[in-house]
Amino acid sequence: MFELTSQDWTAVALSLRVAAVSTVVALPFGIAIATLLARKEFWGKSLVDAIVLLPLVLPPVVTGYLLLITFGRRAPVGAFLADHFGIVFSFRWTGAALACGIMAFPLMVRAIRLSIEAIDRRLEDAAATLGANRVWLFLTVTLPLALPGIIAGMMLAFARALGEFGATITFVSNIPGETQTISAAIYTLTQVPGGDAAALSLVIVSVIISLGALVASEWLARRATARLHGS
Amino acid sequence: MLTVDIEKKLGAFTLNARFESESGATALFGPSGAGKTSVINMIAGLLKPDRGRIVLDGDVLFDAAARIDVPAWRRRIGYVFQEGRLFPHLSVRHNLDYGRWMGGHAADPAAFAHVVELLDIGPLLERRPGKLSGGERQRVAVGRALLMRPRLLLLDEPLASLDAARKQDILPYFERLRDEAKVPMIYVSHDAAEVRRIASRVVRLDGGTVAATGGVELLTA
Repeated sequence: MFELTSQDWTAVALSLRVAAVSTVVALPFGIAIATLLARKEFWGKSLVDAIVLLPLVLPPVVTGYLLLITFGRRAPVGAFLADHFGIVFSFRWTGAALACGIMAFPLMVRAIRLSIEAIDRRLEDAAATLGANRVWLFLTVTLPLALPGIIAGMMLAFARALGEFGATITFVSNIPGETQTISAAIYTLTQVPGGDAAALSLVIVSVIISLGALVASEWLARRATARLHGS
Repeated sequence: MLTVDIEKKLGAFTLNARFESESGATALFGPSGAGKTSVINMIAGLLKPDRGRIVLDGDVLFDAAARIDVPAWRRRIGYVFQEGRLFPHLSVRHNLDYGRWMGGHAADPAAFAHVVELLDIGPLLERRPGKLSGGERQRVAVGRALLMRPRLLLLDEPLASLDAARKQDILPYFERLRDEAKVPMIYVSHDAAEVRRIASRVVRLDGGTVAATGGVELLTA
């Protein structure tokens, strides 16, 4: 019953790659935006906050469409990136990673922001009196103290990226070996008469990966928290 | 020598402090709410005065008129906080080394060993702050401030979070610190007995202004 075709394996590997790349690439941006929102008051902050949250509330198809008209091969940003940096998103796995990263971004930012807001600012004052400038203070005190939230944010983003379907399929379609992730492969199988049995194997793999990510992040976050509290 | 002449409005309360402090230990003494912590936060650069000047050994740290405000991290003023504020994610040893790292200094094992011995914190080095008692934490906090090679040491009620017996255990370390470390100290406290043991000069603060400056005889008033 449990059988994966080579095309299934390709979809699994692609899903993992897309989820991992989107999470890792989104992380520095996520930390930067989360820090900005947690620490700075500036004009238009609620607008930035709303834009960051937007992919969470928009229908994924709408996000995919917006990506298409922004990052498509003939769209303004997409053409610029392709001509100047050779980065092409449309109908490539990189486009799937972009879509997943944007869909997962609100969850990542939220988790990191909460953990930064929970940091005792007085520890940062102490670091300043010990000679830490703003950059060192951020790297040696703020970031390590926010680590449990950063791990949680990465896990949420990874899981969200694995499950992403609507925005990806709208933006980069459903091409086996290039943009067909597990979700897209399952969808394709269920559209064929008798395909649901074949889909079951992929469903099982999907559940296993998600559970694994959950358990791993729980374990990591617990370790990080324990480190902070002195064991 | 430290010269402080500052003014700061904090809500409905106006702090207006003017005093000088020589080498040795100067106590900033007064009831709680007198503005003692705000004064040393301004000396440390954690709080910005509205007006005035702060000069340490001829080095202008703050001058509102000249728009000088040296950031806290460049003042080289050690600060021992009331609650220690050790970094929970670093071991005691790394807490002690933090100031040296940030200052970009090479390791100085002799100075490290001296401070560890002075404060008797050798057995704690590999532990994490979360596992220390209140008294141990304060001794490590003092060591951390000393090892950054401060020009001035600020101590904000460093014994306030400890019970009476523990205070008696720690006070001798502060006396040794005053006599051996040769760093001028500003010692904030509302406890006359404690101040009498540590400081020779007293600045009495009341309601946000300096009520008197002089020797320990002020403590009875």
